[in-house]
Amino acid sequence: MNLPVIIKFVIDLLAVLLLALGIKGLSKVKSARDANRLAAFAMSLSVVGLLSYYLGTSGIAIQSWIWIIIGSIIGSLFGAILAKKVPMTSMPETVALFNGCGGMSSLLVALGVAIFPISGGQENFDFFKSLINEISISVSIFVGAITFTGSIVAMAKLQGWLSTPGWTQSKVRHFVNIVFGVASLIAFLDLINGNTSSIWLLVIVSSLLGIGVTLPIGGADMPVVISLLNSYSGIAAAAAGFVVDSQLLIVAGAMVGAAGLILTQVMCKGMNRSLVSVLFGGSLSAQSTASSGSGEYTNITSCSVEECALTLEAANKVIIVPGYGLAVAQAQHTLREVTKKLEQNGIEVVYAIHPVAGRMPGHMNVLLAEADVPYEQLKEMDVVNPDFPATDVVLVLGANDVVNPQAKNDSSSPLYGMPVLDVQEARTVFVIKRGMSAGYSGIKNDLFDLPNTSMVFGDAKKVLNDLIGELKDLGVGEK
Amino acid sequence: MSFISLLWVLLLGSLLGLELIGKVPPTLHTPLMSGANAISGITMLAALTLIVKAEDNIPLLIIGSVSLGFALFNVVGGFFVTDRMLAMFSRKPSNKK
Repeated sequence: MNLPVIIKFVIDLLAVLLLALGIKGLSKVKSARDANRLAAFAMSLSVVGLLSYYLGTSGIAIQSWIWIIIGSIIGSLFGAILAKKVPMTSMPETVALFNGCGGMSSLLVALGVAIFPISGGQENFDFFKSLINEISISVSIFVGAITFTGSIVAMAKLQGWLSTPGWTQSKVRHFVNIVFGVASLIAFLDLINGNTSSIWLLVIVSSLLGIGVTLPIGGADMPVVISLLNSYSGIAAAAAGFVVDSQLLIVAGAMVGAAGLILTQVMCKGMNRSLVSVLFGGSLSAQSTASSGSGEYTNITSCSVEECALTLEAANKVIIVPGYGLAVAQAQHTLREVTKKLEQNGIEVVYAIHPVAGRMPGHMNVLLAEADVPYEQLKEMDVVNPDFPATDVVLVLGANDVVNPQAKNDSSSPLYGMPVLDVQEARTVFVIKRGMSAGYSGIKNDLFDLPNTSMVFGDAKKVLNDLIGELKDLGVGEK
Repeated sequence: MSFISLLWVLLLGSLLGLELIGKVPPTLHTPLMSGANAISGITMLAALTLIVKAEDNIPLLIIGSVSLGFALFNVVGGFFVTDRMLAMFSRKPSNKK
């Protein structure tokens, strides 16, 4: 062992250690921010390690430097700009986009190595080694392509650029995806047989497979898909590690892949969906058409903002249930104004956060934190559920499925068994909503029909602004 | 590195990943996903290797460079966006009295 090898070994080891500590630290609120920086530092360290290794051994040619600099400047610049500019509400699709690009990177590396075999690998050429090489190239391309197209479809669906085409809800889609799957397998076997040109077939069919698998999945399940694709991009990176013979890549890729799987599982649990039904069941609304889920509302009470303000003023304890609708309306700051007024009047205000409020677990916490809502006022579902019977007013803002009592009462409902917030236990429930449209699941919400529920129709931000005005007139809150 | 020892690395790395995320408060799921996503951009090392070993093969240099660009888009964007989210959690204690 010569010096550059030893140095690289030490740096790699250190980088792995720091990355592991980074992921670990990201799971605690206190250490999360530092942990993220630690991971970023570990990543830069690994680049320094790799470059110094090549400088110390084979050297790095000038044209290599040029292409390294071009690639890194463009990539980093776009990444940094997007990360700074993107609104917090679009976080899920942003993560999907970044993730897709990671998959694309692994795909390109494998493709490059496959088309132009790297010099230096050939001197100890033997059958076993080349077989492994071909397998890792194929896996890297297969997983990388699925990650890329799947993430792009997920992003487009979340942005509303793509809807769910009707045919993807029929059984035909399984057949189509099986065809893509079998075609990828054939391309893979052909590739191992030495037919290099079938690599293009592999690229195309695995890309199509990524689209075919993601397209039928409904908006409600998209976070799970993104998390799963995140896990895939780790696997793709690990496969690329086999292609270029890098232990660091394999460790880091495997870590992300495994951690992503765990996170996916956690998310599925929060929504009471199994991973299998998310992936192969189509969107929830399609499943519900046959069940009691669809139906007409019979007993809707609507009320004015003024009535809502009067009830709020008389309350002792208010629970806010924020949902994605609140985020869409960008009303979290206005909401904070309202709750400040209520607090000044001595009313206890708490926010009930469903595990999948917003569109990803934790997404709502981020949005409310952005509006300066104190961390202690955010209560998780299990903590807050026993409090509803002792609550005077519940304000549901743009949440729907997570407050649907069907999940508890109606065993024929597709939502049945999903953990929900028991808002109907409170004395009065106000639901602020633009119209009677269904939530992500596309299922009727029995809450709206209950006698203690009143609907306040309107855009969340406008209603909250009106509410501030009404509260002012009532003299709630100083100034 | 022999293939078998690389497989060991893969196995141990996966086990490490499974162990690292045991209990995570739901608050942190989104940032954690975003941070882990940034780390998956580690494939930039593969892209770098490709560029260095490409020597004067222009098409390969271009593929490597594009690949590096995609990976760094993932890494830099991912870490920045995660930091932005986490900054909102840490800012509060100082604002609140």
